Amino acid sequence: MIEAIKVENVSKHYGACVALDHISLGVQPGEIYGLIGPDGAGKTTLFRILVTLLLPDNGKALVEGLDVARDYMAIRRNIGYMPGRFSLYQDLTVAENLDFFATMFGTSVAENYQNIKEIYAQIEPFRDRRAGQLSGGMKQKLALCCALVHRPSVLFLDEPTTGVDAVSRKDFWNMLYRIRKAGVTILVSTPYMDEASLCDRISLIQKGRIIKTGTPEEIVAQYPHRLFGVSGNPAYPLLKFLRRSPNVLRCFSFGSEHHVAVSPGQTGREDLLKQIQDAGFRNVTVREINPNIEDCFMELAKEEGQKS
Amino acid sequence: MNEKKDIIVVNELTKKFGNFTAVDHISFEVRQGEIFGFLGANGAGKTTAMKILCGLSLPTSGGGTVNGYDLSRDQEKIKRNIGYMSQKFSLYSDLKVWENIRLFGGIYRLSGKSIKEKSDAMLRYLNMTDLKDELVGDLPLGWKQKLAFSIAMIHNPSIVFLDEPTGGVDPETRRLFWDLIYEAAESGTTIFVTTHYMDEAEYCDRVSIMVDGVIADLDAPAALKQRYQAADMDTVFRQLAYQAKRE
Repeated sequence: MIEAIKVENVSKHYGACVALDHISLGVQPGEIYGLIGPDGAGKTTLFRILVTLLLPDNGKALVEGLDVARDYMAIRRNIGYMPGRFSLYQDLTVAENLDFFATMFGTSVAENYQNIKEIYAQIEPFRDRRAGQLSGGMKQKLALCCALVHRPSVLFLDEPTTGVDAVSRKDFWNMLYRIRKAGVTILVSTPYMDEASLCDRISLIQKGRIIKTGTPEEIVAQYPHRLFGVSGNPAYPLLKFLRRSPNVLRCFSFGSEHHVAVSPGQTGREDLLKQIQDAGFRNVTVREINPNIEDCFMELAKEEGQKS
Repeated sequence: MNEKKDIIVVNELTKKFGNFTAVDHISFEVRQGEIFGFLGANGAGKTTAMKILCGLSLPTSGGGTVNGYDLSRDQEKIKRNIGYMSQKFSLYSDLKVWENIRLFGGIYRLSGKSIKEKSDAMLRYLNMTDLKDELVGDLPLGWKQKLAFSIAMIHNPSIVFLDEPTGGVDPETRRLFWDLIYEAAESGTTIFVTTHYMDEAEYCDRVSIMVDGVIADLDAPAALKQRYQAADMDTVFRQLAYQAKRE
């Protein structure tokens, strides 16, 4: 089977700035593939190359077997693209925007209504409202409809949930699952690490380099340390205390707990608990926990930093 | 039980745009020196309320005070006495690090001597002394955010407003940024912060959650989690925000 997206050794420079540094990845047909990393990691540059708006300096990128440099017209017909910022005409209405995008791809809304029905139904009551007057959540739904109206086989979503609240983000992911069901391949980028676990496979990207690829479960399973969730009062002095502690490799806050990494076999739960209690902290709890993607990202980013 | 004074007092604060009520009779207090999380779904009225608290917009009715200054009458005094930082706008990219510091020091009417002293101390604290001649646009995002936060406090405001300060920042830098927030709070500065990261809501002393223009609930994270029988703030937030009716 041809991979839906194939990236081989792609680099891109802007002047002296290395935006992408020998990136390789492969996306299988019908999967939701996440590109997870902070601002400035190179996510948008990679998207622009894949949707044929930018040429790589070197390396090769294919979308459904078509070359981004040579076959760009064919690729453009087969993909949907929702860029991070602009994708709607603010002074056109909801219906006009959708018509416009359908016409651009030589089709009509009527012809593809089934394809977008579930999402479009939620914004159809506002069909005569200008896009500029929509709330953030509705704009996002309209942009998604516009990217889907020509039945693309691969969908590129560049940070669709940035700045979107936790509830709307959840709704958006439910829409993505429905789109996947229809057989569409989805490449989605996000700076929110908690969205990583919602993808079938992910690549963690930082400073133009992919630091890990796999299923979220595989990446979590490869975390090299033992991890404890520690809480106690007062919380911030406890964080500083743990960071100074000789057996602690890393310590970061995660909501109401601090995640404390130790070498396996070095420090046990009891040792850690006693250490903290002896230092005078109150309401101390220590429990062994599984790492999440954010723990892994920080660990891998650190390793990568030590290599270079 | 509450020995510290309230630095923000808001009473029945309301803002209407035409016949749309963005902020609907909200009342709350923020205590001196606390980290106060101001949460809400997109469109719940957070930004509108925050603009009024920063002296950038007038209430339609109701009101309150920030650091003792009246929201309706003392807007200029409020602006002078608060710090403000947002992810979208904070520093000038085409000015150097030291030029940004001097610019904001000047805006807040600090003397040349005082700006020099503050600038040196700030750069030492941030470990950025070697970077003072760099253009801000060339700094990594994390450094920019830290610098922006320190510059927002260059005039020693008793309260600083942070509007989604950590959006898009990498996970480690995001946490180091919170270290700065803790340090500032420990030295007595009140922090008023909005965020979409629910783990950051847990770092606040108290959190308010806005839904459809009203404050749906306000308490310490631990109390909220208990009230909604939720394991984390994300669950609390979803339970409340799903009640939203308006789009």
